[in-house]
Parts: sequence; C-alpha cells; structure tokens
Amino acid sequence: MSDDSLLDLEFEIIGGDFNQAGRVSTKLKSILKEIGFDAQVVRRVAISTYEAEINVVMYARRGVLRFKASPQKIVIIIEDEGQGIEDIEEAMKEGYSTATDEMREMGFGAGMGLPNIKRNSDQFEITSEVGKGTRLEVTIIAGDGSKS
Amino acid sequence: MLVMGPKAENIRYYHTLKILEEKCRGRMRCMRACPTQAIRVRQGKAHVLEELCIDCGECINACPEGAMVPLTDTVEQTSKFKCRVAIPSPVLYSQFSVDIHPPEIIAGLKKLGFDYVWDVSLVCEAISEALRLYLEEHKGPWPVISSFCPAVIRFIQVKYPGLTEHIIPLEVPRELAAKEMKLELSEKLNFPLEEIGAVYLTSCPAKAVSIRQPAEKEKSWFDGSISIADIYNPLLSAIMSLGEEEYKDDLDGLSAIGMGWKVMGGTCSFLEPGSCVAVSGIVELTKILDDIEKSKLREVKYVEASFCLEGCIGGPLAVENAYVARVKTIRLENRYGKQPRIQKEKVQKLYREGHYFLERRIQPRPIKPLHPDIAKAIALMKEKEKIHNLLPRVDCGLCGCPTCLAFAEDVVKGLLNISDCLYNSIRKERSR
Ligand SMILES: Nc1ncnc2c1ncn2[C@@H]1O[C@H](COP(=O)(O)OP(=O)(O)OP(=O)(O)O)[C@@H](O)[C@H]1O
Ligand SMILES: [Mg+2]
Repeated sequence: MSDDSLLDLEFEIIGGDFNQAGRVSTKLKSILKEIGFDAQVVRRVAISTYEAEINVVMYARRGVLRFKASPQKIVIIIEDEGQGIEDIEEAMKEGYSTATDEMREMGFGAGMGLPNIKRNSDQFEITSEVGKGTRLEVTIIAGDGSKS
Repeated sequence: MLVMGPKAENIRYYHTLKILEEKCRGRMRCMRACPTQAIRVRQGKAHVLEELCIDCGECINACPEGAMVPLTDTVEQTSKFKCRVAIPSPVLYSQFSVDIHPPEIIAGLKKLGFDYVWDVSLVCEAISEALRLYLEEHKGPWPVISSFCPAVIRFIQVKYPGLTEHIIPLEVPRELAAKEMKLELSEKLNFPLEEIGAVYLTSCPAKAVSIRQPAEKEKSWFDGSISIADIYNPLLSAIMSLGEEEYKDDLDGLSAIGMGWKVMGGTCSFLEPGSCVAVSGIVELTKILDDIEKSKLREVKYVEASFCLEGCIGGPLAVENAYVARVKTIRLENRYGKQPRIQKEKVQKLYREGHYFLERRIQPRPIKPLHPDIAKAIALMKEKEKIHNLLPRVDCGLCGCPTCLAFAEDVVKGLLNISDCLYNSIRKERSR
C-alpha cells in the first residue's frame, strides 16, 4: 500500500470544554463521507470518536485523537492525560459511571460510552494508569477497499 | 424544461428548478444560501450541481432578481383530465385574511375549474394516530425521524445516508389523500384511474419534485403540482366573487387539528410530550442530524423535521409571512374546535392492514465520492487539504464557489485551476 492512500490526522481535545466537545467527530464524519466510506462505517466512526472525545472532556485535562484511515481499516487512537481508570473491567460495564451530578444534568453519565465504543468497533483496546491517563485504540474494518 | 442530471447507475434526478439565464446577474446569493453547496457561479451565471440539489428552494428565496423559478404546473395544464381534483396543502388555509375560511377557499377552487377539492387535514389526523401506534411498537433505532418533508428526506439521503433507516416508513398525508381520492372517485364516478387528475397546491418546491420522482415508490398518486404563490391571485378573485349560497361555513369533512400539521410542532402535539422534538430550518436540522449520527440524543424518541423555518407554512412558494400564517392556523383551530374528527378504531384497523405504510423504505443517495476507488479518494482528499491550506479561507466567493473548501474540491476534481483563486491573485499582484 502506498503512503498516498493513508490518511493520518491528529486533533487536540481540551478537558472540560463541553462547548467544543463533538467537533472532532463531526469533522471526521464529513471527511469519511466525502471519501466514500460505507455509511455504516462512517456511523460507527462517528459514534466511537464522539464517545471517546466526550470521555476525555469529562475525565481528563487534555488528550490527542489520532486518526488513520486506509481503504481496509480505520484506526483511532485516543490518549489522554487525566485521572485514569482504576478498574477497567468495571468501567466497561453498561451503566457504570463516576460522572458528577453536573455532568448528569448535561445528559451524560449513563455509563454507556465505553460499551458503545466497544460495540461499534472490530477491535478495541483500553489501557489506563491511575493519575496518569488513558489510552484507547479502536479499529474499524472498512472492507477490502475495492468497492466504492 | 426539466433540469436533469446523469449520475452513477444512470439514475436521473429531476429538479423542478429553472434558472432564467437572462435574469441571473451572478450575484451569488443563491450560491451562499444553498445548504448542500450545490450552486456554482461560472461566467457570471449560476449553475446547479444536480447530484447535490435537494430542491429545498432556499435559492428561490435568496435570489434578488427572481431568476430562480420553480417548475410547477399551471391550472390549464390539468385540463387534459376528465375529472380534475385539487388537493390543497393545509398551508393554503392560512394564506388569506382571517375572515376567509376554508369552506370559501374550497368553493373558490371549484370556481377556478376544479371538479373536486379533496382535503388532506383529515388524513393528517389519521396519520398522527398511525404515528402514535408506530412509536408504541417500534424497537429502534432511535430516534425516528418524520417522513413528511421531502427536502429533509433528500437532505438525509444525500448528506446523512447512514440515517435513512431512522426515517419513519409511514406514508405522507398528501400521497395518502390522493390515493384515497382516486380510488374513491373512480369507483363513485365509474372513471378509470387515469382520467382523474390530482393536483397538489403547495408552498414547497421539494414536493413538486417528489411528485415527479418519489423517493419511496415508483410513482406518485399526483399528476402535478401548483405553487400557492401562482394560484393565489386568481383564487382570491374567485373567492371574492362567491355568492353566499355557494358555500357553507362548517368544517364538514375537514379537521382543524389536522391543519396544524403544517406548522412546526404540529405532529408532536399528537404524541406523548417529553420525548418528541420539533426542528425546522437548515441550521437546527444539521445540528440534530449530526447529533443523531453520533448517537447523542439518547432521550429523544421522535424528531419532527421540516426544512423550512416554522414548517411548511414557511415554504418558499407560500404568500403569507410564516409567523402570521402560524397564528392564523391557531385561530382556525380555535374557531372550529380541537375535537378529533377521525374514528380511532378505524384507523387502528387500517394500520394493522398496512394502509399507512410506505411502499418501500427510503434508500440512501450518497454524494458521489471523490473517486470510486477508496485508495484514490483518500489521496485526493489529502490533495484537497493541501490545496485548501494554500487558499485564503475567507470564503469570499469570487471564484464562484461557496467556500474555499468547495474550491479546493473543484480543483482536485479538475474543474478549476488553483490560479482561479482571485483573492490570491490580487494578493500576489499587490505584493509585487
Ligand atoms: N478517558 C477517561 N479517563 C478517566 N476515566 C474514564 C475515561 N473514560 C471513561 N472513564 C471512566 O469510565 C466510566 C464509564 O465510562 P462510560 O463512557 O462508559 O460512561 P460515562 O462517561 O460515565 O457515561 P456516558 O458515556 O453514558 O455519558 C466513567 O464514568 C469514568 O469513571
Ligand atoms: Mg462516556
């Protein structure tokens, strides 16, 4: 595969900035649509980047989202500097949330974000260190790249 | 003349928009107003990229020269039918002064030469009940999106193809009314279906298109459409010349609450409050569709979506100010009462029989990708970003593209050259 057909983008996410939250996901979505990725692939990318973005905004000081798209697959890596997750197994359960009352008032904190990301990805890795930060790697298979 | 465009799979899209070349002065208002960036100005004249056009009519509203005209039909064009039936959108009832009531408007239409005038408001009420039943049964995906606005449907098909499965597969009132009318009249008059001509009187250019090329079935039950703006003056004269014996002021066979469908929030008023939202206008529509695509709206079950601000009463082919029309619709409800005019049990039975459902689900109609081969499309996307970075990114529009991003896209598609950016040329010239 030539380098030409690998799209590599990077975005910064600022913790606590709820106004801007979701911006990266919207931008990626429109890029993928224009390239011609399958609508359901676009949808899955939109959902998983949005949830990951929001988690950084909610639970970290700052983070970086790296986005790599090739005809075969899409890989999204989100790394943040923040509080980290103590019990990952617990955090992955639907309904588990440590969101504050304020966050719940804003409509977050159903404990659905991480499970949603996992459900929408073909491969999902999460690592975290308490007090340092969290890293997610999400892979979404886009197809063989031969069809439009 | 129909503007038509070739596309992949050889589908041709109809558009009911004509640009009067001699009137167009290339002022680019339409280009800037177009929500799908489907307009370019080349050699001083506006052109429509047909694949992108969703017939919303924003350009008709925006053009100060009146150069954008909808291609609706005229009353004379319907004369080929043995039996001519007008089906007015309930918007029509809100277009006249408050002392002209629906029965007079209907009598006026008959005076203009229609053999029958068929009502949509009752069907609106019936479909509201069907909608309620549908929401009760539906298992997801949530939220569902209303199906009655064809510009919204086309917008979703083109820009949010992944969301077509959220569109409620229920038939729209106008089509159902036309169908019921044709079946009923053909039996009653013993006419074959083809001899009955159904014309929709509408404020909406997108409905004119959806009648020529429906998104959800082979063929519309309508045979044409007339713009409310076009019929307004002749209709008003006809109404003014009515004798008192020519109409009866009661709402026999009409539904005042059904008329409320055409006002933003109209369909929500039939449903459980709390999980229904109504949005109108392109800005809010874009926001909510973005949110749905990200699965952000977890509590919302139903989204009523109209492309025009304030709903169909805000359509480009309406005459009355949308906000005034809204008040008039409320007054109609107060005058004629809010009691239901349909028999719920009958609607429920018809619902079970499938009467209210679309013939087929709405399919995506995604924008043609930068290249059919994804690898090449990615390369072009990178190229496009590179070009975009060289541009002033002030969206001045002098090149005839609505944004610098659209310009960059036209360059990678080979339609323009980077030197066509006037802003950069002037800058270079100055610094020399
Ligand atoms: N980037 C992160 N840094 C630190 N903690 C995190 C991070 N992402 C998730 N968590 C922890 O995992 C829990 C579950 O996350 P998840 O996204 O599933 O739900 P939520 O964010 O609480 O609610 P929802 O996503 O439904 O709004 C969070 O409440 C939080 O304690
Ligand atoms: Mg979350």
